[in-house]
Amino acid sequence: MLDLIKGPILTFQEFVLLAGRATRGIFRKPYYWPDVFTQMDLIGIGSLPVVLLTGFFSGAVMALQMSRALQTYGATSQIGQIVAITLVREMGPVLTALMVAGRNSSGMASELGSMKVTEQIDAMRALGTDPVMKLVKPRLIATATMLPLLTILADFVGIFGGWIVACPLLGLTSDAQYWNNSWRSLEYNDITQGLLKPFVFAIVLSLVGCFYGMKTTGGTQGVGLATTQAVVVASVWVVVLTFLIGRIFVSM
Amino acid sequence: MAGTQDRSILAFDEVTVRFDDRAVLDRVSFELHRGESLVLLGEAGSGKTVLLKSALGLIKADGGRIYLFGEDVTKATEQQWYDLRARMGVLFQEGGLFDSLSIEDNVAYPLLNQETLRCPEEEMARRVEQSLEFVELGHTLEKFPSELSGGMRRRVGIARAIVTEPELLLYDSPTAGLDPITAATIMALIIKGRDVRRATTVIVTHRYQDGEMLTRYRHDASLGHVVPAAANGSGPRTHYVVLREGRIVFDGSQAEMETAADEYVANFVRRPG
Repeated sequence: MLDLIKGPILTFQEFVLLAGRATRGIFRKPYYWPDVFTQMDLIGIGSLPVVLLTGFFSGAVMALQMSRALQTYGATSQIGQIVAITLVREMGPVLTALMVAGRNSSGMASELGSMKVTEQIDAMRALGTDPVMKLVKPRLIATATMLPLLTILADFVGIFGGWIVACPLLGLTSDAQYWNNSWRSLEYNDITQGLLKPFVFAIVLSLVGCFYGMKTTGGTQGVGLATTQAVVVASVWVVVLTFLIGRIFVSM
Repeated sequence: MAGTQDRSILAFDEVTVRFDDRAVLDRVSFELHRGESLVLLGEAGSGKTVLLKSALGLIKADGGRIYLFGEDVTKATEQQWYDLRARMGVLFQEGGLFDSLSIEDNVAYPLLNQETLRCPEEEMARRVEQSLEFVELGHTLEKFPSELSGGMRRRVGIARAIVTEPELLLYDSPTAGLDPITAATIMALIIKGRDVRRATTVIVTHRYQDGEMLTRYRHDASLGHVVPAAANGSGPRTHYVVLREGRIVFDGSQAEMETAADEYVANFVRRPG
């Protein structure tokens, strides 16, 4: 029994140590700014199409599915409110994070994993560079900056998608009422929650991706395994954390 | 052992390294003095690469003491290791070249990133070019590692290892997976590096011929290639260490190795056919 839980506990301990070193590293030199901007481009600009598409269709689907229920209660005018609150609080941050986990956590794990198995990470240490500062820190900074921005865009595009379905397509409510309801229903609590979540997710997504990449062993097969593990673990953490953060905000 | 560490470049004293509960290095002791060469032989999985990485501080020892340049570095911090590594050059088994950087940037990497080695840009460019010329790859500056053959990548690795003019050079299986002609070229470059720069050399290999070449040949600067060394053994001293399942089973000269009674050691010397 003890042996069964020893492995996961050791892995978690290693993860916490890496997280600690990377976080401490944020306040220390050296800073590899070109690497940070490259990662920002990869994560932010690279994920933009998939994040916008996901955001748009999640808003549209939400409006579509809610239309029947709201018609039953004669509350179709509330469609903007429902779409906006659900997207900003929950769906926007979670779906964006899951997309970035699938795209970038896996990318980080495979890139760093390949570097590990071809001894590039050992070479880096041997040639005077700390891999945590050179590889992990730029990815952490870039993800923590870009994920909240991507989430804001996904939220907006999602609300727009909801409007397309609710107004031009189904005629559930007027344009003015939809946008007015969407805007007025959002409180500071929602916005804070909607921005805090992607920030926390970003830290987890980047660190999980880097962690599994850095501990890759066993050649190309190991790289594949590390990539899969990174996506699975990062995605599970996203859904667990959204519940925990949501729980804190609901009781506030 | 304590008295001799002052003169030694690299010394292991009862070093043990464990992976999980398995000892991959088991109370390993040896000593290497300035200007000497060490040939580390052993079958796959015998702990050769672990030994090399322990000497570089990339793997921490679980027991025993490691001495580098006469200092006890067993408990050195990562920052202290960076300063020590600046005095060492290493060629990894897989080359360890950064595939996102050009050959020029790969070779310049230690000069750019090791604080104690930073130099003006022109000086750096000159040293990079000189190092690549040394391995006869001066024309590959702008290329990327993926554009080069396996042997050429290994040569770039050697150029990167010597660009800092290190006191200690570590080569991990420099000829593994190469055809005999390319392997001989790589060994000739290692001999050149040893003789021209007078660096202490450690070579990890499973091929006895590599050690043999290191012992029996020297670089002739006037001819520009390697020639058989004088029979009186006036060249740099080369000694052999054989590892088996993490333990040293032989430590001695080539002559002693060739007359070793141990079947495992003799197997390295025996020629096929």
